[in-house]
Amino acid sequence: MFIRMIPEIGHFALVIAMLMAAVQGVMPLAGAALRRPLWMAYARPMVAGQFLFVAIAYLCLTASYLLDDFSVANVANNSNSMLPWYYKFSAVWGNHEGSVLLWSLMLAGWSYMAARFSRELPRDMVARVVGVLGLVAVGFLAFVLVTSNPFERLLPNMPSDGADLNPLLQDIGLILHPPMLYMGYVGFSVVFAFAIAALLGGRLDAAWTRWARPWTNLAWAFLTVGIALGSWWAYYELGWGGWWFWDPVENASLLPWLTGTALMHSLAVTEKRGSFKSWTVLLAIFTFSLSLLGTFLVRSGVLTSVHAFANDPSRGFFILILLGITVGLSLLIFALRAPRVSQRTGFNWLSRDALLLINNILLVIMTVTVLMGTVYPLLLDALDLGKISVGPPYFNALFVPLTVIMCVFMGLGPTARWKQTDPRMLAKRLWLAGVAALVIAAIMPFVIGGEWNAWVALGLVAAMWIVLPTLRDLYDKTRHAESFGAGLRKLSLAYWGMQLGHLGMAVTIIGVAVVSNFEIERNVRMSPGDSVEVAGYTFTMNELTSRRGPNYIADGAEIEVRRGDSRRSFTMTPEKRVYIARGMPMSQVALRPGLFRDLYVAMGEDLGDNSWAMRVQYKPFVRWLWLGALLMAIGGVLAVIDRRYRRLATARDPEGKTRESAVREATA
Amino acid sequence: MAVIRWMLAVTLWLLLAGLAQGAAIEVREFDDPVLEKRYHSLTASMRCPTCQNQAINDSDAPVSGDMRDRVYQLLHDGRSDMEIRDHMVQRFGDYILYNPRLEGRTYLLWGLPAVLVVLGGILVMLMVRARRNASSRALSEHERQRLEILINRGDGQ
Amino acid sequence: MTRRLLLSLPLLGFLMLMLFLYLGLGLNPFHRESRLVEEARAFPAFDLTTLEDPERRVDETLIQGDVTLVNVWGEWCPECKREMPQLLDLADRGVRLVGVNWKDTRDKALGFLEEFGDPFEVNIFDPEGELAFELGVYGAPESFLVDGNGIIRYHHTGYISPSDLREHILPEVQKWQ
Repeated sequence: MFIRMIPEIGHFALVIAMLMAAVQGVMPLAGAALRRPLWMAYARPMVAGQFLFVAIAYLCLTASYLLDDFSVANVANNSNSMLPWYYKFSAVWGNHEGSVLLWSLMLAGWSYMAARFSRELPRDMVARVVGVLGLVAVGFLAFVLVTSNPFERLLPNMPSDGADLNPLLQDIGLILHPPMLYMGYVGFSVVFAFAIAALLGGRLDAAWTRWARPWTNLAWAFLTVGIALGSWWAYYELGWGGWWFWDPVENASLLPWLTGTALMHSLAVTEKRGSFKSWTVLLAIFTFSLSLLGTFLVRSGVLTSVHAFANDPSRGFFILILLGITVGLSLLIFALRAPRVSQRTGFNWLSRDALLLINNILLVIMTVTVLMGTVYPLLLDALDLGKISVGPPYFNALFVPLTVIMCVFMGLGPTARWKQTDPRMLAKRLWLAGVAALVIAAIMPFVIGGEWNAWVALGLVAAMWIVLPTLRDLYDKTRHAESFGAGLRKLSLAYWGMQLGHLGMAVTIIGVAVVSNFEIERNVRMSPGDSVEVAGYTFTMNELTSRRGPNYIADGAEIEVRRGDSRRSFTMTPEKRVYIARGMPMSQVALRPGLFRDLYVAMGEDLGDNSWAMRVQYKPFVRWLWLGALLMAIGGVLAVIDRRYRRLATARDPEGKTRESAVREATA
Repeated sequence: MAVIRWMLAVTLWLLLAGLAQGAAIEVREFDDPVLEKRYHSLTASMRCPTCQNQAINDSDAPVSGDMRDRVYQLLHDGRSDMEIRDHMVQRFGDYILYNPRLEGRTYLLWGLPAVLVVLGGILVMLMVRARRNASSRALSEHERQRLEILINRGDGQ
Repeated sequence: MTRRLLLSLPLLGFLMLMLFLYLGLGLNPFHRESRLVEEARAFPAFDLTTLEDPERRVDETLIQGDVTLVNVWGEWCPECKREMPQLLDLADRGVRLVGVNWKDTRDKALGFLEEFGDPFEVNIFDPEGELAFELGVYGAPESFLVDGNGIIRYHHTGYISPSDLREHILPEVQKWQ
């Protein structure tokens, strides 16, 4: 009996959570505006309550999945009694309704953390931050309750079993990818709230940038991992070895990543030099807005994408309203409240300030390019100018040169000084790195791919131009210490974070350049006994197999792989599965990963006579793509845990202190 | 009415299609590796007209298969890449080109990034020029904080 | 003042984007216009047999003379079954219909016509999809309205519903009569 009630408890908890979010949104903001400490004091308890009740709702939905309660429409459509428990667990967010609930849960979680770790902030600042987050939460919880209720029931005619989870989602990559991505998207809501709070409070000082920086880095790190996981999943699950498609949904995740990257750098300038304040605030608003825009694009059905959710336009309309109110209001606040006077901090041509300015401009151009390419077909269609498509060739043609220009400045950045850099010093430190980068780029294509390739060389120059100055900088910074180790230990975590972030970018660039130009693909007809040679590896089909899995049946092949004349060999076993509940065929590729190359075998169609169409691929350096992303994310996290930041964040600025004490007097 | 109807149709269609795995693994014989390369790049740059967003080399839809056959055949007839693309556009429209052609309606698409790069360059020049002599003397940390408070107070109230 | 205007630019840009997104919600992303209609092209040349008589060869002159609705269908296509009543209605009203039987076998196709009715004057048998490819067909059913001079004037993708018949097909037939 109790089990039957679980969905209703969840539904009810969601309603309570929304009411609490409404109080969390209204009271503290009003309190901060009218200087009513008691009203502001609603912030913390309400955010804790909201988090608790969204969590209860989420647990109830998860319980319905684990207990196979097919009276819940969401469970019936996306689960099956044969599904292994861990996929039931992850199936919760493998569909539209559940994923919006997860979004809301994470928003509540981030809000709670923001309130929890801001004890040292002025009370009105906390009240405003929590209030803004509360208003965003109201919007999302309303969206869940009104258009996408996951607790909708199929009573009294409940199905005896569920329709099963889409087999493509029955995979570790898809268990991890959406939560990471949403953590990133939603994480930017905290920075956004800080920005709006700073605008409302009229306190665009260096203090808010110090508070905002760790949150930005953390959200950015999650988003980086989320995007990389998505790419990795597409690579091994979609069956043809592609890792980035410039699909609208991927672009939707790239947009906030680009502005988020710009934001991290602009925050650095604002904190260290006090300039670009309005710009930094605007980037914070843009980054979260683009996260919301991504949500709209994915769920409204205005763009056709491979990964689109089963969506309907009424939801699209709701999100559009949500997007319009949230972003419209914040940009209005920005237009009205951004400081009229800007603080002119001087800097010269060759300075870190100028380089970061260029970095920001380039990142914004990239963002506009991706956004333009993504919505352009929609624009033309709306103006009745016909249907066109904008795809990989367009994006690659523009992104590659933009990235190369960016790398030129990225190489200079860490070595340059704030305000002004002596050109002779820069030249002295970097000429060797430049020459070495050119030499390496000239030689390496032969080593890696056995032939000259201008694109690979270009990618290598760009990457080496980032890596070598970093090494030089490490050397310079440690050579005066008593030992190399001691010198390394003296460097701050934030410094390591920056260098790792840049290094990660270089690693990803190498991966992209090499795999795009040196990959080899062969589609062949094979029957037992046949072999094919690809990039020095001999693939021999030993036998065809068939087996039964928990919820699928599979035809498989046993492929023996040998490199050159080596005596050692290994076996790869690609499969072609048919998932029983949906009758959906799926190709399960066999992968032999390696740091310098992946081997990739996929099974195609049964061609009769015991032979199959097989796809054999050689993918050099493909792992570097995701390895680079991982390094970038680690860099972001290192910068967050730098003690210097935590200390700075706790140091109150004079004005905050006076306000805080004024508040304390008022409450006493 | 018409709008609602297609909305329903789209919803149904998406529910049915959902996430699709594309894996059109075909065995094709090429005598000339150059032709094979051109075949791959052509089929990768054309969009399947009926799928959600897949290139014809990545789609199991029957029409993609027909289009690949035609590309293969035209390549062996000695047609150029341009002719093959035109051949397809003549039948299926500009929609199938992942690389939109430069024409009146796409000037903005192709031109904007270039314009932005130029504008960005000008912006950097103007800003650095304005700031190069902005403060001959750097402010101390304390002065900077005081200035900040003054500016914020002046603007925020 | 100018600075405030400058600071409002993001808002203005965003409002424009919102407008387009709103318009986008009302559009059908799966609709495709036909190149052949846009350029008012003549019905493509072909040389195929008919479904009914494997010995009879027909070409594009078959489509000339009267206003003709050319309907691309197949036995394997469930939507084609649903639109048969509308096509029969159209035939009753005296509109000339020619079918293109796409990627099918003769047995199955003839069985289909026996079961669901036959509104077509004649069916062009296109098992390899040659003609359908020339027409830019990417899924069945699709219909093309051809005027008396053999020029393609109107294109309908997907199932023809009774209201499509009233609101689109019949007016177009009238128009090109």
